[in-house]
Amino acid sequence: MFTYIVRRIVYVIPIVISVALVCFMLVHITPGDPLVAILPADASQELAAQLRTAYGFDRPLPVQFGLWLWKAVHGDLGHSIATGRPVLTEVMRAVGNTVTLAIAAAIIGFSFGLLFGLLAGYFRDTWIDKVATSIAIAGVSVPHYWLGMVLVIIFSVQLSWLPAVGAGPGGSGQWGWDWEHMKYLVLPAITTSVIPMGIVTRTVRALTGDILSQDFVEALRAKGLRETHVFRHVIKNAAPTAMAVMGLQLGYMLGGSILIETVFSWPGSGLLLNSAIFQRDLPLLQGTILVLALFFVFLNLVVDIAQASIDPRIKRG
Amino acid sequence: MSAITELALQAAPAGPARGYWATVGRRVVRDKVSIACAVILLAIFLSALLAPWLGLADPYHGSMIRRLKPIGTTNYPLGTDELGRDMLARLIYGGRLSLLIGILPVILAFMIGTSLGLIAGYVGGKVNTAIMRTIDVFYAFPSVLLAIAISGALGAGITNSIVSLTVVFMPQITRVAESVTTGVRNMDFVEAARASGADAFTIMRVHMLGNVLGPIFVYATGLISVSMILAAGLSFLGLGTKPPEPEWGLMLNTLRTAIYVNPWVAALPGAMIFAVSICFNLLSDGMRSAMDIRN
Repeated sequence: MFTYIVRRIVYVIPIVISVALVCFMLVHITPGDPLVAILPADASQELAAQLRTAYGFDRPLPVQFGLWLWKAVHGDLGHSIATGRPVLTEVMRAVGNTVTLAIAAAIIGFSFGLLFGLLAGYFRDTWIDKVATSIAIAGVSVPHYWLGMVLVIIFSVQLSWLPAVGAGPGGSGQWGWDWEHMKYLVLPAITTSVIPMGIVTRTVRALTGDILSQDFVEALRAKGLRETHVFRHVIKNAAPTAMAVMGLQLGYMLGGSILIETVFSWPGSGLLLNSAIFQRDLPLLQGTILVLALFFVFLNLVVDIAQASIDPRIKRG
Repeated sequence: MSAITELALQAAPAGPARGYWATVGRRVVRDKVSIACAVILLAIFLSALLAPWLGLADPYHGSMIRRLKPIGTTNYPLGTDELGRDMLARLIYGGRLSLLIGILPVILAFMIGTSLGLIAGYVGGKVNTAIMRTIDVFYAFPSVLLAIAISGALGAGITNSIVSLTVVFMPQITRVAESVTTGVRNMDFVEAARASGADAFTIMRVHMLGNVLGPIFVYATGLISVSMILAAGLSFLGLGTKPPEPEWGLMLNTLRTAIYVNPWVAALPGAMIFAVSICFNLLSDGMRSAMDIRN
């Protein structure tokens, strides 16, 4: 087990460096001069050259990458062009709000996904299965940003039950787990939860079906075990894979929140990314993507190790 | 079964055995859901393609005095948008760009990914490591984030949006293609082709491609649904199509401010994306189970 963990961690290092390289290169695939957002429109040639030297853009790319990586490792992702604040501070504050949203969505999406998936797999080819799979397929096919709009139309515009946008009193700064804040979370969380709900349902349904058709289940039943006990075996066998899928989905929710956060003006990393793109705030864009991708890589690592440690069938050699 | 009927069955002329693809085709055609989805998709495709000849209103022609008319207004069966343009016409014309930017990336990714996967799987060794480890890097990004990172860096535009989505889907297809190819590589018929002196390119093109294409194709059709949602999503953010082009994602974005005035008209473009996406998903599921002949 220990060697497996070490190997898995060592394997992550080249990935992390490549991710950093991709984020670094993002600025350089940008059409035009990377200085364009900083330079005043009427800047002189000398000023441009001066800034180019100040930002290190006159050095060869590999040197620039090395310097950038060195700084990034030490927690310095540069300063936002729009606000002048350190990128890391901005990103971490926003990521906190995205984590809140993702966790709320995960609780909703995973509970319903597990429930629907187990029911559909257990009562395969009955009406229960048909209903559950229809919900799941709708969940994975719906453009979630549109669903967000529809929910706002129903619950905010027509019924006036819930607020349409924002994150409650105090703005993005102070979050609290009381209704004054939570009511802002309801619609974005439901909207975020539909895709993971659909995917977890489909995965768990397939898993349950596979496990129930195996011989050992027959043996358990022949032994006279009650169905509830058989079901416990099914859950035990499905758990590692289901957990891995859920871990991955959590990562997607954290990294792919831009559309929903834009619809609901939720002050998370997605909204930050959105403003970075449209203000051409390249250091902020680079930093946000790097942090989100690293979160995703780290989450994948944790999921892999967790899966290997609870599932004795995974080869650790 | 009696011995006589068994004999009769044996004596019956065998006739040409139905091929694999013919069986798959028959199974898909028998599946009511798949057929319904295919019909809906065909209708949306054809109406988008033939839009100029359907006698619709001009999708670009607006009017300040008839902005945001509700659904069911005379002459405007689906109402008008925030600039007074006919929604029905814009939704149908919108299919042209929406379908293009949604489907083209998957087609491109399918071609590039299949080639890369085939090479990686067939050649193996260092080539495989080089291709597959590069692919791994893309897996370090959630797909939405990768799409947005690339189009955000490249800037708004249809081409950039297609490029970024191709980059998102290419790694996934490459992985599937590689694993399918690795499975086929050591089969006897490939060995036979190699023994007969065929070169690597011929083996890949003639002997392998036909055997690996099916599963990769089905996987790719499953991606179209995601691609439609993401492509429209990029436009929705302002990273894809530019106004005044009719495109579902962009229409959804510009109508977002109208939800307090005329909510259900504002929701229409999203319903189109949803319809196309769910039909592609169901069709892909239908094909997948049809190809799983063992069941």
